[in-house]
Amino acid sequence: MKPINEVTSILTPLDRSNVDTDQIISKEFLKRIERTGFGKYLFHHWRFDADGNKRDGFVLNDSRFDGSEILVARENFGCGSSREHAPWAILDYGFRVVIAPSYADIFYNNCMKNGILPIRLPEEEVEELLAKGKADPVQLAVNLAEQTVTQPDGTVHRFDIDPYWKEMLLNGWDEIALTFKYEDQIAKYEEVTQRA
Amino acid sequence: MAKTIIDKIWDRHIVVGEPGKPDLLYIDLHLLHEVTSPQAFEGLRLNGRKVRRPDLCFATMDHNVPTVNRKVINDPIARKQIRTLAENCEEFGVPLADVDHPDQGIVHVIGPELGLTQPGKTIVCGDSHTSTHGAFGALAFGIGTSEVEHVLSTQTLWQSRPKTMEIRIDGEIAPGVAAKDIILAIIAKFGTDMGTGHIVEYTGEAIRKLTMEERMTICNMSIEAGARAGLISPDETTVEYLRGRKYVPDGDAFEQAAADWLSLASDEGAEYDKSVSIHSDEIEPFITWGTNPGMGAGINGHVPYASDFENELERDSFLRAIEYMGLEEGQKFTDIEIQHVFIGSCTNARMSDLREAARVIEGKKVRDGVRAMVVPGSRTVKKQAEEEGLDKVFTAAGFEWRESGCSMCLAMNDDVVPAGERCASTSNRNFEGRQGTGARTHLMSPAMAAAAAVTGRFTDVREQFAVHA
Ligand code: SF4
Repeated sequence: MKPINEVTSILTPLDRSNVDTDQIISKEFLKRIERTGFGKYLFHHWRFDADGNKRDGFVLNDSRFDGSEILVARENFGCGSSREHAPWAILDYGFRVVIAPSYADIFYNNCMKNGILPIRLPEEEVEELLAKGKADPVQLAVNLAEQTVTQPDGTVHRFDIDPYWKEMLLNGWDEIALTFKYEDQIAKYEEVTQRA
Repeated sequence: MAKTIIDKIWDRHIVVGEPGKPDLLYIDLHLLHEVTSPQAFEGLRLNGRKVRRPDLCFATMDHNVPTVNRKVINDPIARKQIRTLAENCEEFGVPLADVDHPDQGIVHVIGPELGLTQPGKTIVCGDSHTSTHGAFGALAFGIGTSEVEHVLSTQTLWQSRPKTMEIRIDGEIAPGVAAKDIILAIIAKFGTDMGTGHIVEYTGEAIRKLTMEERMTICNMSIEAGARAGLISPDETTVEYLRGRKYVPDGDAFEQAAADWLSLASDEGAEYDKSVSIHSDEIEPFITWGTNPGMGAGINGHVPYASDFENELERDSFLRAIEYMGLEEGQKFTDIEIQHVFIGSCTNARMSDLREAARVIEGKKVRDGVRAMVVPGSRTVKKQAEEEGLDKVFTAAGFEWRESGCSMCLAMNDDVVPAGERCASTSNRNFEGRQGTGARTHLMSPAMAAAAAVTGRFTDVREQFAVHA
């Protein structure tokens, strides 16, 4: 996966809570057997009506946010199914960072395995970013090494992340290759617990 | 020190435990299906890796198999996905119950049925409803496709120890109240993210009295409460369910295994990071009215009023939900008419579910203008139901009787609810568009769905039908 450290971009304010993976990527697009090409289906039913016309008022159809790499949403983002097609679609669309007060567990893990940085910020701070971001495009500077999100006026938001995942994301490591280093321990475990 | 079953299982599976890092956990059973596995197998091929323990994997086809004519998969992409799974299993030596195999079915129905699911196991699957297997006292959770690839190559996963949470059900469950009502009531009371970051154990006398199939219904929807996994300590009910199943040991080996399973139950006085409880008085036949599983209430209630929500955000999502669902504030549930009934899914498509629904429907007719279908959870369930004559009960009443699969639970195959139409469904998710673009899903138990099929509207199964007489 692609390493990630600094991302500077305007934020896309998706002012909704409990955004579920069925909305992020609808089931009719799950039949592909590749990992790529899901971006054009991101939030399909919110972006397009039944005839395929863009829906006015949906934030991804607002050209002010074109090219944004930072998605900001409300609590419990990514709830629902375990489909990794959801982070694949987010990444393929062009987002590298998601900011929300909380995430569903599986989705959170899936992000990090794909080089997307899911940032948790307190509800009031997310509220502030959404309000400002909706009024006028706001450029944010995200720095993973420093664990900060900085607003244009210099306001800094700090976030927590598990050190293990931080290192993986910063280096873009292949987790499976890392686990292979423990092959002896795995084999030993199988032997001792009679799973061999 | 008194330990929970969660910690007991966790501790048994640590391969590498280094401070400041997640634990490397050994995985005992890896279930696979056609939708979330192709990219994982592709990853193995690209890196020249093999499946470490094909003997600990088991695959089936469920999400987009047709439930009418098995031979014809109209959608070429679905056809390709199904073929790809067969080829991958062949290439990597993974056991597969394919579309024509007698063991085929929804992955979370066949695992327990075949005895692959056992207490104390760590079980994963690229599917969030893997929590179902927790009913047996297994640590079972859904994973993404990258993790599927990781487990295929290493039979392990890096996992940080989650927090533990107890949900206790106090009091006795009243007659006419189903396991589905219990879990819907829990989610309505505590919300869809109450379990985030936690593994839940369901406890209390009421839980001990439930059958294994009822326990599965409850654990199945742990994910709808936001939990990573949900489980129930094993007891004699668990042991007796497993005795004689295809993949459990027999004779003395079984007795030994059973003794070990029972020892896993949470110790008296074990502590959880969080404990909540619900009283059986709060649980009656439930339905959901909105677009997430927490938007539910007892059948004799009504759609809330905007003024019930003090918080502006909650009010907005309420208004969005009822607009999508085509409902009015304050509308009585029993006044709402339906066009579709779906009895199926990994939540409620086992024998007892079908029996409950059949009991309600027997000798009655599906209301004109309602399309109703039953999709058994597995081919085994289908066969047994046919032996008991349930298929006749359903078809005589006007239900369609289908082949097993996920079907209208997520409508990836041809079984779709049209836009603007309303479905009484025994599945687990009522998200926008889940059963078809613009489709309106209401979740409920099999008995409640069957009652709705007869009356054409939401109905308190206890009043209209003497189900538990
Ligand atoms: S029945 Fe529905 S919830 Fe269960 S595995 Fe299939 S699609 Fe998922």
